[in-house]
Amino acid sequence: MAAMAAALRGPGRRFRWRTQALAGGARGAARGAAAAQLGRKVAVVDYVEPSPQGTRWGLGGTCVNVGCIPKKLMHQTALLGGMIQDAHHYGWEVAQPIRHDWRKMAEAVQNHVKSLNWGHRVQLQDRKVKYFNIKASFINKHTVCGIAKSGKETLLSADHIVIATGGRPRYPTHIEGALEYGITSDDIFWLKESPGKTLVVGASYVALECAGFLTGIKLDTTVMMRSIPLRGFDQQMSSLVMEHMESHGTQFLKGCIPTCIRRLPDGQLQVTWEDRTSGKKDTGIFDTVLWAIGRIPETRNLNLEEVGVNINPENQKIIVDAQEVTSVPNIYAIGDVAEGRPELTPTAIMAGKLLAQRLFGQSSDLMDYNNVPTTVFTPLEYGCVGLSEEEAVARHGQEHIEVYHAYYKPLEFTVAERDASQCYVKMVCLRESPQLVLGLHFLGPNAGEVTQGFALGIKCGASYAQVMRTVGIHPTCSEEVVKLRISKRSGLDPTVTGCG
Amino acid sequence: MGKVGAVPNRRLASVRGVPATSPPGRRARLSSPGTSHQPSEAREEMRRRLRNLIEGNRVMIFSKTYCPHSTRVKELFSSLGVDYNVLELDRVDDGPRVQDMLTEITNQKTVPNIFVNKVHVGGCDRTFQAHHNGLLQKLLQESSANDYDLIVIGGGSGGLSCAKEAAILGKKVMVLDFVVPSPQGTSWGLGGTCVNVGCIPKKLMHQAALLGQALQDSRKFGWEYNQQVKHNWETMTEAVQNHIGSLNWSYRLSLRENGVAYVNAYGEFVDLHKIKATNKKGQETYFSASKFVIATGERPRYLGIQGDKEYCITSDDLFSLPYCPGKTLVVGASYVALECAGFLAGFGLDVTVMVRSVLLRGFDQEMAEKVGSYMEKHGVKFLRKFVPLMVQQLEKGSPGKLKVLAKSTEGPETIEDVYNTVLLAIGRDSCTRKLGLEKIGVKINEKNGKIPVNDMEQTNVPHIYAIGDVLEGKPELTPVAIKAGKLLARRLFGASLEKCDYINVPTTVFTPLEYGCCGFSEEKAIEVYKKENLEVYHTLFWPLEWTVAGRDNNTCYAKIICNKFDSDRVIGFHILGPNAGEITQGFAAAMKCGLTKQLLDDTIGIHPTCGEVFTTLEITKSSGLDVTQKGC
Repeated sequence: MAAMAAALRGPGRRFRWRTQALAGGARGAARGAAAAQLGRKVAVVDYVEPSPQGTRWGLGGTCVNVGCIPKKLMHQTALLGGMIQDAHHYGWEVAQPIRHDWRKMAEAVQNHVKSLNWGHRVQLQDRKVKYFNIKASFINKHTVCGIAKSGKETLLSADHIVIATGGRPRYPTHIEGALEYGITSDDIFWLKESPGKTLVVGASYVALECAGFLTGIKLDTTVMMRSIPLRGFDQQMSSLVMEHMESHGTQFLKGCIPTCIRRLPDGQLQVTWEDRTSGKKDTGIFDTVLWAIGRIPETRNLNLEEVGVNINPENQKIIVDAQEVTSVPNIYAIGDVAEGRPELTPTAIMAGKLLAQRLFGQSSDLMDYNNVPTTVFTPLEYGCVGLSEEEAVARHGQEHIEVYHAYYKPLEFTVAERDASQCYVKMVCLRESPQLVLGLHFLGPNAGEVTQGFALGIKCGASYAQVMRTVGIHPTCSEEVVKLRISKRSGLDPTVTGCG
Repeated sequence: MGKVGAVPNRRLASVRGVPATSPPGRRARLSSPGTSHQPSEAREEMRRRLRNLIEGNRVMIFSKTYCPHSTRVKELFSSLGVDYNVLELDRVDDGPRVQDMLTEITNQKTVPNIFVNKVHVGGCDRTFQAHHNGLLQKLLQESSANDYDLIVIGGGSGGLSCAKEAAILGKKVMVLDFVVPSPQGTSWGLGGTCVNVGCIPKKLMHQAALLGQALQDSRKFGWEYNQQVKHNWETMTEAVQNHIGSLNWSYRLSLRENGVAYVNAYGEFVDLHKIKATNKKGQETYFSASKFVIATGERPRYLGIQGDKEYCITSDDLFSLPYCPGKTLVVGASYVALECAGFLAGFGLDVTVMVRSVLLRGFDQEMAEKVGSYMEKHGVKFLRKFVPLMVQQLEKGSPGKLKVLAKSTEGPETIEDVYNTVLLAIGRDSCTRKLGLEKIGVKINEKNGKIPVNDMEQTNVPHIYAIGDVLEGKPELTPVAIKAGKLLARRLFGASLEKCDYINVPTTVFTPLEYGCCGFSEEKAIEVYKKENLEVYHTLFWPLEWTVAGRDNNTCYAKIICNKFDSDRVIGFHILGPNAGEITQGFAAAMKCGLTKQLLDDTIGIHPTCGEVFTTLEITKSSGLDVTQKGC
C-alpha cells in the first residue's frame, strides 16, 4: 500500500495540495490527519496491490489489515484456547470435545478490520483529508500521477510529499513453486478456510507469531529456519521464546532451507528441503506453506530515481535524515520504507505526527528513535525496550555491564499446572553506580502491558536503584521486575521462590 | 579519606540525577521537599544509626578497607572464631560523617574503632592489649542475657521478610506466629493474610472468574464446545487451598534454611525484653530478645449486630469454604468487598453488595464509581445507603438460609431479604490490643488500634519496632510490608541507612474490571495542589481483545493527574481495564523517576496493548471534550 499526502501550490493543476501522503497506512493517515488538523490542504493516496495469491484490503496499511491487529486477535484466539484448558483446574466444567472453527474466527477478525478501514476513511473525511484510492508514482518532485483500478489517471501536485508506502512480504522467487503455492502474512489473516497443516518458513517475529497462534488453535505447525530465531532481538530471550514454542507443540526444522514446492494431485503441497549442515535432503507434506522471511520496502514503482530520491540499493529503503527528509528537500519518508527505522506502527504514527508539526511550524521536535519498546506476541509474549544484552556488551564491554535476572512463576500458572520454565525477566544495566538501566526484557503473559510503563522509566533515565525502590503490585508478573536481585555475574540461582 | 567527599549520600543522589541534557522529568527533583535535611535532624539520625550498630552487634568494627590496622583487628577476631560486623567507612557515601560522629561519641578520631558488647574498646593497639590482658575475652563472654537478637511477632509477609533478612545478617532470630481461629472456626498456616486469606487466594479466584469470561469470549473467536458450562466451587477451592498449602510449607522451609526459629504460639509482652508464648495446648514459654518487631497485621471487623459472629463469614473464611456460598450478600464497599463480590458473580452466583456510603473509600472516587458501575452492568446488585440490623438463621445447611434485616442510612426505611451466605467486608482491625503493649508502654492509637512509628518504623519504645498493616497511616499492602521488613532488618543489623519509601506506592484492585493506580486520587490532588494548578488527561478506550468478543466499548478508562507548575509532573495515575496490575507496575517505576506528561508523549506505545493508551493522551478534563472512543 502506499499513501502520499500533498498540498496545493500554484494554479494550472487539477489538484493542488499543501501536503500529500503516499499510502494510507497508520503513518500516512496519522500524518495526513495531523497535517489537516493544522489547517493544511491534504490528500492521501493509497492503493493496495493484491498479493500474488490475490488478497487485497482497505485503507489503514499493514498494521490494521495484515499486521498487528489481525495478528493480535488471532494470538488472543490461541490464548483463549489455553484458557479453556486452564478452566477445568479452576472449577469450570467444560465438556469435551473442544474444537476450533477457523471460518468463524476469520470472519470475526475480518469484520473488525473492515470496521477499522471504515473508521479510517471517516476520520480522513472528518479532518478534510482528500482520499484517493489510486496507485501513485512520481512525475516530478512536486507531482504524482495516480492510476485508478479503472485505468483513469489523476495528477496531483503538492508542496510537500511524504512517502509512507511501507513494505510487503518477500517471496523466495528462486525456489520452485514458492510464488505459485506459498502464501504470506498478506494472505493468512484473510483465508476463508483453515490453513491446515502448515509449514512456516522463516524465523522473524512474523514467522514465530504466526506459527504460535496456528499451533494454539491446534493446527499441526512446523517452522523451518535457516539460522537464528528473532535476529536483532536479545538472543537469550529469543532462544527461550523458541524453547517455549517447542514445548507448546510447534515443530522446528533448524538449519534447513526449502528447495522446492510441488503440488500433489490431492492439492497438498510437497516441500523438499535441505539440511545445511549435513546437506541431506528431506521432504514433507503440508496443506499450507507460509513465507515469513522478511519484507521488501515498496519503493520500486514510485519512479523515485526520476525525481532523485535516493534509496539504499542493498535493501531498497529510502535514505532519510533526522528530519525524515529524503535527498529531495520537499519529499519525506516515514515508517517501514525509511532506512534505519524500527518497523513498528506506533513509531511510524509518532514520526508522521511530528513531521506534520515540523512542516507546518507547530514545533521543531525530532522523532527519537531510541528506546522504542516492542513486544513479540508469541504464545509466551516477549516484551523488550532498550538494548539487548549482546548490544549492551558490544557498546560498553562485558566488565561494565550488570545483568539482573529471574525465572519466575506467574501465580495463575500454579493452579493451572502450567509449565513456567521459560517465564524469565532480565534487566541490563551499567555496572557502575547508579547503574543506569540500558534494557529490559520480559518473557511471560501480558508482556506488552508489562513493558509499556517500564519503557517510560527507561525514557526517564531510570537507574537500577530507582526501579528497586518501586514497590511491587502483588500478585502480578510485572512485580518481578522491581524484585530483581540476582545478577548474572553472581552465578546464583535466579529462580524466584515464594512471595518474598 | 572518602573518595566522594563529605556530602550526605541523599544529596549526592539528587545531584547525580541531573545529567547534562536533563529531560524535563528530572530537573525539578532538586528542589522537591524531603531531599534536604536539617543538619540537627541528620545528626540525630546518624547517632541513632551508630547506636543501633553498636548495640545490635556483639563485635562492631568501624574500619577502612585499605587500613592495615583494621585488617589486623579483623584477623584477630577471625582467629578467635568470633563473628563481627564491619562498616567500611571508605565504602559508604557518608563515611566522613560517620567518622565525625564516632569522634564525638568515643573521642577517638582514627579507625579502626572497635566495640565489644556495647563497650568501646578503642583502636587496634588497645584491642590487642585487651586481648593480651584478658579483658577482651571477658567482654566477649558477657554475651547479652537475651535469648535472641530479634523476635518477630507475626509470621506474615512483613514479619517473615524482616526475620529472614536479620538471620541472613547473622542474627539469632525467632518468629512467633499464631492464627486465632475466626468465629466460624477457620484457621491456617504460616504466611499471614496475603498468602492464606488475602492476595493469593483472591487473585486465583479472580482468575477463575476471568476464565469464565474467557470461556464466553472464546466462542466469538471460533472455539466450539458444549454450551453447558458449570462452575464447581469445590474443585476450585481445593486447587487454591493446595497451592496455599505448598506456600505454607515453603515458608517454613525457608525459615529453617535461614536458621530462624519458628514457634507456632501466641506472643504477648510481659516485660520490656521478655515475651510469653502460648501454644495451641495452652503451654506457656518465655523468650527474651534485645529487639522486637510487631507484625501482627489485621483481622476482619464484625458489625456488632445480632447474629453477625454466629452466622456471617468474612474473607478469613470464604477462600476455604467447603461449599459454594450460593446467593450471597456482601456487606461493605472496601476493595475486599468488591473483589469478593466480583468473583462470586463471575461464577454465576446471585450477589448483592450492601454499601453504607461510598465505594472504595480512599481511592479516586470517579474510578471507584466506574468499578461499581461495571460490576452492576455485569450482574452484581448494589444496595446503596443501607446497613444491616440483624442476621437470623432460617435454615441450617451448606449453605443454609439467612434472613437479613437492613435499614436505610437516610430514613426509616428497612428492607429484608434471604441469602445463603452473608460476607462481611466492612474493614479490618489491627491485632494490637492483646499483645501486652500497655505493659511495656508501647503507644497505640486508641481509636483504631494502630501503632504510630517514626520514619524508621520505631515505636515510642526504642527497641520495639512495627511493620505492615498495624502501622498508622501507612498503606496496607503486602509488598510494602515486605520491603519495610527487609529494610528495617538491614538498618538494625547491617550498615544500611535506607528507609522504606511510602510515597507513590502502586496498587491494583482486582475487581472484574481491574483498577490500577499510583500516586494521588483526583480528590486528594485537588485538596493538596488546588484544582487550578492541575491538569487531568483522560480517555475511554476499547481493548482490542474486547472488540471481537463484543464486550462493552467505552468502559475502560485511563486518567493521569499532572501538576502544571512542576513541568506537568504526573502525580496520579489511574487505569481501569484488563491487566491493570501488569500495566500499572512499570508506570509506578517511571513515576519514581519523575515522570512528566511530556515524557509520556515522547514515549512510543506498544501496539496493540492497553498500556499504550497513556502515550497518546490528548484530552484534558478541563476542556470538557468527549472522550468516547472511535476507531484505532
